[in-house]
Amino acid sequence: MFDLVWLIPVFPILGVFVNGLLGRRIEKTNRSIVHWIACTAVGLSFLVTAGIFLKMLSLPPEQRLYDFTWFTWISAGSFHVSIGYLVDPLSMFMCMFVTGVGFLIHIYSIGYMGHEEGGYYRYFTYLNLFMFSMINLILADNFLLMFLGWEGVGLCSYLLIAFWFTDMANAVAGKKAFITNRVGDFFFAVGMLFLLVNLGKHGIWSLNFTEVFTHASILSPKLITIICLLFFMGCTAKSAQIPLYIWLPDAMAGPTPVSALIHAATMVTAGVYFVARCNILYTMSPIAMGVVAVVGALTAFFAATIALTQNDIKKVLAYSTVSQLGYMFLGLGVGAFTAGLFHVLTHSFFKALLFLCAGSVIHAMGGEQDMRNMGGLRKKIPITFWTMLIATLAIIGFPGFSGFFSKDEILWQAFSSPHGNIFLWLIGYLAAALTAFYMFRLIFMTFFNECRASEEVKKHIHESPKSMTIPLMILAILSIVGGWIGIPKSLGGHNLIERYFEPVMGIGPGKLISGAASHETIAHVAETAGEHASFGIQYMLMAATTLIVFAGILTAWMMYMKKREIPENLAQKHSTPYRLLLNKWFIDEIYEAFVIKPLHSFAMFLWKGIDVLVIDGIVNGTARFFMGCGRMVKTIQTGYVQQYAVSFLFGVMVLIGYYIYAL
Amino acid sequence: MTQLNIPIISIIIFFPLVSALALFFIKSRNGENDELLRKIALAASLIEFVLSLYILVFFDSKTAAMQFVEHVSWVKDMGLGYFVGIDGISLWLIILTTFFIPLCILCSWTYIEKRVKEFLISMLLLETAMLGAFVALDLVVFYIFWEFMLIPMFLLIGVWGGPRRIYSAVKFFIYTAAGSIFMLVAIIFLYYYSARTTGAGTFNLLELYKLHIPISTQFWLCAAFLLAFAIKVPIFPFHTWLPDAHVEAPTAGSVVLAAILLKMGTYGFLRFAMPLFPYASHQFLPVIAFLAIAGIIYAALVAWVQPDMKKLVAYSSVSHLGYVMLGLFALNIQGIEGGIYQMLNHGVNTGALFLLVGMIYERRHTRMMDDFGGLAKVMPVFATFLMIATLASVAVPGTNGFVGEFLILVGAFKSYPVFGVFAVSGMVLGATYMLWMYQKVMFGPVTVEANKNLPDLNTREIITLLPIAVLVFVMGIFPNFFLRKMDVSVTHFITQYQHRYELYVAETDSPVRELLGRTGLSNAYEKKINIERLNVEHRTSNVE
Repeated sequence: MFDLVWLIPVFPILGVFVNGLLGRRIEKTNRSIVHWIACTAVGLSFLVTAGIFLKMLSLPPEQRLYDFTWFTWISAGSFHVSIGYLVDPLSMFMCMFVTGVGFLIHIYSIGYMGHEEGGYYRYFTYLNLFMFSMINLILADNFLLMFLGWEGVGLCSYLLIAFWFTDMANAVAGKKAFITNRVGDFFFAVGMLFLLVNLGKHGIWSLNFTEVFTHASILSPKLITIICLLFFMGCTAKSAQIPLYIWLPDAMAGPTPVSALIHAATMVTAGVYFVARCNILYTMSPIAMGVVAVVGALTAFFAATIALTQNDIKKVLAYSTVSQLGYMFLGLGVGAFTAGLFHVLTHSFFKALLFLCAGSVIHAMGGEQDMRNMGGLRKKIPITFWTMLIATLAIIGFPGFSGFFSKDEILWQAFSSPHGNIFLWLIGYLAAALTAFYMFRLIFMTFFNECRASEEVKKHIHESPKSMTIPLMILAILSIVGGWIGIPKSLGGHNLIERYFEPVMGIGPGKLISGAASHETIAHVAETAGEHASFGIQYMLMAATTLIVFAGILTAWMMYMKKREIPENLAQKHSTPYRLLLNKWFIDEIYEAFVIKPLHSFAMFLWKGIDVLVIDGIVNGTARFFMGCGRMVKTIQTGYVQQYAVSFLFGVMVLIGYYIYAL
Repeated sequence: MTQLNIPIISIIIFFPLVSALALFFIKSRNGENDELLRKIALAASLIEFVLSLYILVFFDSKTAAMQFVEHVSWVKDMGLGYFVGIDGISLWLIILTTFFIPLCILCSWTYIEKRVKEFLISMLLLETAMLGAFVALDLVVFYIFWEFMLIPMFLLIGVWGGPRRIYSAVKFFIYTAAGSIFMLVAIIFLYYYSARTTGAGTFNLLELYKLHIPISTQFWLCAAFLLAFAIKVPIFPFHTWLPDAHVEAPTAGSVVLAAILLKMGTYGFLRFAMPLFPYASHQFLPVIAFLAIAGIIYAALVAWVQPDMKKLVAYSSVSHLGYVMLGLFALNIQGIEGGIYQMLNHGVNTGALFLLVGMIYERRHTRMMDDFGGLAKVMPVFATFLMIATLASVAVPGTNGFVGEFLILVGAFKSYPVFGVFAVSGMVLGATYMLWMYQKVMFGPVTVEANKNLPDLNTREIITLLPIAVLVFVMGIFPNFFLRKMDVSVTHFITQYQHRYELYVAETDSPVRELLGRTGLSNAYEKKINIERLNVEHRTSNVE
């Protein structure tokens, strides 16, 4: 069964070929073939993944690793990289929800993109290409193939954000996403090359995960820290963390299913996956771990503050994604890799659901995205309302819903793990309050009170077709039960997910990929610490979190239901902080003014000043110099015999004079 | 299948020449036979491509020796011979050349309307010259082909070019020829030097490889070769002829220039400058690596602010060739194989970009990005091809560009990590200017009236682009097929180079001499003696 792993990426790429080459013709005859090809491709990938996943679960933990090498990709000298796929608990975990959620969003897209003229095949081609890239990113057994997926998802993101390219704003947003990601990829590539060359010094010319991790301990700790930080910079671009998160909010220009799939559920979690995959490297560098945790915590809080004031329904969700990704990195940074991954899973359910619901709202409102023009939709689109409410409860960590367990685990680890501290916890804690507030603000503004849409729009408000609502319902169920696999022991659960990941986290009986044998992994320490701490503190923190979540909801209710003049008054009274938040702390403007503009001017100077003036000036100057010489000499040759005679005479006189003088 | 005993290289070199002659005899007073001429030329170039595949099939990738060698003595007294052969380094460049000429003829089908016959003859002559330069193993033969290349290219720009064609053609010609003059001097010097040391002067490259040249002399000879090749590549800051030449040249001219002609420079480093002068070229290494990096970043930045698409692609060319140079001068297997691979990639990708720019120029007679916008809606097929070429150019993994760039970077990181980091920044800058162009031309609303009804690519144009698009992915996913053919030759190159370099190092025990060699300040006295010695030998050899 494990031998079939190559089929998982092959199905979507076949879809790309068929739709990409023939899609235009197929679409003209029967457009439903286009989406069935795409959906079937992803569906088959999901089935194969599920098969392998089940097979893996049936095996004892130490046999859950399988490295499938397909063929050699690049090799020169002693350096070899193959196209190879790794089956292990981590990759299959990711692959399960990526293909699963991906399949649901493909189905949803049929309804959502139904009115698209001409670009229908293009949309599904890109979507399949994305699935192909994402699967490669996850399943790759080496850094370079992962990089293929890593860049590939960035490319698809670009293509899909700029999908409606006739609007220049979309095209600009797409480009911004690609280039910001490329900045991250620059660091990623440098990290990868450092790793490769330094391992090469010890005779290991490989980028294969297993080999790199087994031999990583021969590298000096300083080098490991540098490499980890470089990689993490790459992750900050892909997973939209400070300082490279700027592209994600703009990425909302793409079709909403794309926002759900790429910019919420899957691609943006790639950075989290990467750090978890390299947990052996990261645990060797406390500094890198500290940076990951701090950046994660700050991003979680910072992005949440921006989300407070946004009026575009998708922008709120975008900043909330940034914020939730911050939580995941906070988890990773304090050594709780499992908790971070757990949040990846639950987040993928509820955030995909939130976006799909938002899409359903936008669909119903005929393209309207500004929440100030919505309101009162609760009765008109009930399925969307209820599913979105479930997703909201999940994301704010309402007890019993999936987000509760994963977020709580992260906060608990931030507090209790030897790498965490009370400040990290506090930042995460406050962000939880903000989350509750802005999410319920969204719910109240969209679904409650009177409808503020124009009469024209009001007439057309309708519930979405089945192809859209069924995925919503499935995801709603998952948003509730998805967290139950990680119910902590303190609440009488078994924390299945923690046990599941043991083989890849360098602990547990399997030790499939182990770092230095003597290396006490942080995850292990964290686990024991967690057990020693009494459940009492855990209950207290849980209660505190729940309380502040309620406080957040209540505040939102006060401001957007009860006394709706408060926001207006607040904004007027404190206009400076309000504008700061509304304009996203002016980060984009700062980048524009301090990085892009100066660089562009510098480039202009290089062209006009250096290239044309100096370099070409010298080239043409040389030519002109010789031409000038020629012109000067040319005047001597006039053709007049008299002139020649005169100069002849002159010469003779000079000669005679010379001899007379010499004598 | 066994290898036939035929002079395949000569056939390949001179078949285009013969075809050109045949075209010469076809009447075309008022262009009545233009269609026929085009068809004949296309057929000839296709046959040529098939012929070159013969080499690919029978190429033995297990030996580093020259293959398909033909060696005929020409001027016996001077040790001058018609000596040609192929190894793993030149193999793919030959295929690249024969691959691109048919595409160039196809893309000019309607683009070139005046003097069609002369145009086609120029193209075929150019092919002969380029192939000759790639296979020559005798310095004089090489020099003849090398200089002969300039003539058809000069005509291509000067006759069929844009408004400033005369300026550009002359600049191109004089600039590159000026560099070559120094090389010629160095070649003649080498000849006399070989005559003095071995008794029989020779232009045979493989013999000259064995020559032991004093370090101070080597420095100047190497500098002369480097200058010639640096201008041809072109390496920053010798690049200013290139944007001018590209902008004015007709599409086919630009394609040949970018895809093949520039490779002559990088190939020259590998075949001549480095192995002939291992010590001196090694001393130049940091300088070249620095210029390569500077070129990558500088040209990328300048490309970013270009309003003219063709100029943008031209500057991107300079940037990409910086990568090639960096790889070659990393002097390890990853760097050099990556460098050679990147030569091919650059040919394929930049060739494609010039073809594409040419196609919309033919429709709109402008290349200014401001005149476009929203073309993706009007020309979806064109948009797809441009996207593929763009991705390959910015080296997205899965395309050919990535493989070459990555290998070069591995090589560079091995040799000089700091330079390597700077080189990676080209990744970001490359994406910046390419996507900027794509956005300006393809995305947004269609604002210009004239663009609203532009016809999409026709069948001929699709046929021109399709092989390239396929190659982009094949070379990106299965690079091993290409790389394995060069393994032995490249390994041989490196070991020989290192070995001979170490011999020279052992010789320079005196710190003063080493200093002289490194700074290039050879003392005047030594030089004078050398020249006098040469003069004496010159006289004696003449007497004999």
